[in-house]
Amino acid sequence: MVTDPVLLQTAADLFPNGISRYAVGGLLVGLGTVLIYIGTGIPAGASTFLESTLSYVSDQSRFQQYVGSRDWRLVFTAGIILGGLAFAATFQSGLVTSSLYEPGTTGQLYEVAGVTLWMTEVQPWRLFLGGILVGIGTRIGKGCTSGHGVCGVGSASKTSLVGVVTFLTVAIGTAQVVAALGVSP
Amino acid sequence: MSDRHPLFKPLIFVGGIVFGFGLGFSHMARPEVVLNFLQFDDLGLPFVMFGAAIVSGIAFALLPRIRDAAPLTGDPYERRLKPFDRNVLVGGAVFGVGWGLSGICPGAAYASLGVGNITILWALAGMFLGAYAQGYWRSRSQARDTAATGAD
Repeated sequence: MVTDPVLLQTAADLFPNGISRYAVGGLLVGLGTVLIYIGTGIPAGASTFLESTLSYVSDQSRFQQYVGSRDWRLVFTAGIILGGLAFAATFQSGLVTSSLYEPGTTGQLYEVAGVTLWMTEVQPWRLFLGGILVGIGTRIGKGCTSGHGVCGVGSASKTSLVGVVTFLTVAIGTAQVVAALGVSP
Repeated sequence: MSDRHPLFKPLIFVGGIVFGFGLGFSHMARPEVVLNFLQFDDLGLPFVMFGAAIVSGIAFALLPRIRDAAPLTGDPYERRLKPFDRNVLVGGAVFGVGWGLSGICPGAAYASLGVGNITILWALAGMFLGAYAQGYWRSRSQARDTAATGAD
């Protein structure tokens, strides 16, 4: 056991919400990926959904190459949304409590039909502009945090490791600059 | 594909639910928490990404030794390996600016909608717009390259 008060204080500063909610959540994200992989052999990433879904409305060759996978990618995304809702209906609503779970203090909570829902306070222009760059970047860069970060790193892919280091470094720099400019939230 | 196994989509759906629940539980569906990591106020995020990578890495390493093919598709178990080129760096950097500005990435954005974050529709609209712009431009430059080769 770590009992050094200085070490404990440092840990509390670096991890104000502990690490269990992150580690357990990560294990579940991995478990979802593994379930799909065991049954289908597909290492599923989340961002190809953007292009594959555009194939329903656009004839561009870039989107049409995903016609074969667009249906299951839609199902995958519907599952992710429902999984988020299941979390809201259980832990976020206080229906289920666990020592492994630290509730957050960010954003705004509101209730609909007995379910505690959550809304961000990050400004819409940041979400929209950031979203555009995420849409462009993940498609040029062949993956996002789940494709490169989870499946690619899990595959020990050098391409994905380089991709993750690139986007993590740039994202940290960007967030620090944006915060230094006084933009909040 | 219509000739897929009847359990193909149900399994994808269940996998998606577990995946989305994990994103909710880990608070990655909250842009504020991602931004807190990027600003070094709460270093929990790597436990999510690398925790998930370790779990999937074990499956990616073990399954090819246990079975030849996946039961629902007949596809061989392969790792996710993509060729490296300059685009990985350029795209990664553009994605990094977007992620650092908004605190949201695609999978977390879908889960965020599920936890009730209606405002995240701004990010999802942006992602589709960005993916469309990128695809439109690539389809055009691809068609141009093909036409140029055909003229030779």
